[in-house]
Amino acid sequence: MCLAIPARIVELDGDRAVVEAMGNRWRAKTTLLPEAGIGKLVLVHAGFAISLVDEQEAKETWRLLAEISEFNETPNRLSG
Amino acid sequence: MLERIEKAKDQMTAACEAMGRPINIMEVCGTHTVSIFRNGIRSVLPAGLRLLSGPGCPVCVTDQSYIDTVLRLADRDDLLIATYGDMIRVPGRGGSLETKRAKAAVRVVLSSEDALQLARDNPSKVVVFIAVGFETTAPATAVVVKEAAADSLENFCIFSGHKLVVPAMRALLSDKNNNIDAFLCPGHVSAIIGYGAFGEIVDNFGRPCVVAGFEALQIMEGLAEICRQLSCGEPELKSVYTAVVTRDGNTAAQKIIDECFEAVDGYWRGLGKIKKSTLRLRDEYGRFDAVQRFGLHEIPAEDTTGCRCGEVLCGLIEPPQCSLFERACSPEMPVGACMVSSEGACAAWFKYGRKRECRK
Repeated sequence: MCLAIPARIVELDGDRAVVEAMGNRWRAKTTLLPEAGIGKLVLVHAGFAISLVDEQEAKETWRLLAEISEFNETPNRLSG
Repeated sequence: MLERIEKAKDQMTAACEAMGRPINIMEVCGTHTVSIFRNGIRSVLPAGLRLLSGPGCPVCVTDQSYIDTVLRLADRDDLLIATYGDMIRVPGRGGSLETKRAKAAVRVVLSSEDALQLARDNPSKVVVFIAVGFETTAPATAVVVKEAAADSLENFCIFSGHKLVVPAMRALLSDKNNNIDAFLCPGHVSAIIGYGAFGEIVDNFGRPCVVAGFEALQIMEGLAEICRQLSCGEPELKSVYTAVVTRDGNTAAQKIIDECFEAVDGYWRGLGKIKKSTLRLRDEYGRFDAVQRFGLHEIPAEDTTGCRCGEVLCGLIEPPQCSLFERACSPEMPVGACMVSSEGACAAWFKYGRKRECRK
């Protein structure tokens, strides 16, 4: 639940942003991150940008998220 | 990358040999727990190194009395319950929010903003936001409480179950039976509170505290750094997650938490009452506090199911040591919170740990 998702800010109006990552766009707020700006990569947690993040870190997290999504979809039976 | 993993493994092996006794490292982040299992990290650790899954999953640490109170609120016709999806399946007295959802007004939201919007869209109901989570979600709650105050949105309130990570770590170490040598500290909680927040654990308890990110290499290097510190007897504060976590953290988020909330004593599953570990709205925002609004009293609940989630959360037992594990308790039919949450230690063991580790 504490995993934040790196996403790029593609629209920004006051503290209301639209962010994009992994082929999805969604609304997020930048209230907690005054340094946020259009084009910047941020970590988004529960609808709020909480930190800036660099490109390499973002890519690694996207890969991990894809894995965790796979983990959550793993049937609940003995694996391995 | 392989070279760095090998180097980390070598450091861990050397430390285990130098220590001449088993090393126990606790992770206090549900996402670490999942990543550790998902990447098979336990299987490559030296025999003397044990990982304990601590109180790092917000759903898991939420006390049963809080869950029961939420379920009682869900029975009221005048309320709309807005909750993060993680909470929906946690069993309490008389079912779960999921079983109530058919007849009660329960809505899953992705953010606190959605909960606020729900209040704006439903003026005839009072929306109660089930505000759980650590320091990562607390500022998001604070923002909407401030918005509700600014807009005089009187049909909105929150039921705060927000928890603070450091007081829980302190409580674990204050138990003289604890077997924790060091902490692998959470990544995104630390993005808010800064890795400096763990300084008191290093200073007062002499335990290494190392913040790591979530991918395998980060976790391996974090563990190796902890082992290095243990073997030379010099506990330190460190972050190997430098891309995101700074010493000071997100000061804007800390400020808004502090403006809206104060830390009070609170109950945790398994850990009992912990001093100044739970966030309560300050008096000036009292009208948005469900506890004040509805006169809620949390009565610590006696668990009669035989569930041992509490001992799992303290690192005292591993999930397979609970007699319910895999028999009466599974992700489809969970008895305890650690099996409900996908980030819970029991769920992670169920999916990835059983064959290799408990059937030896």
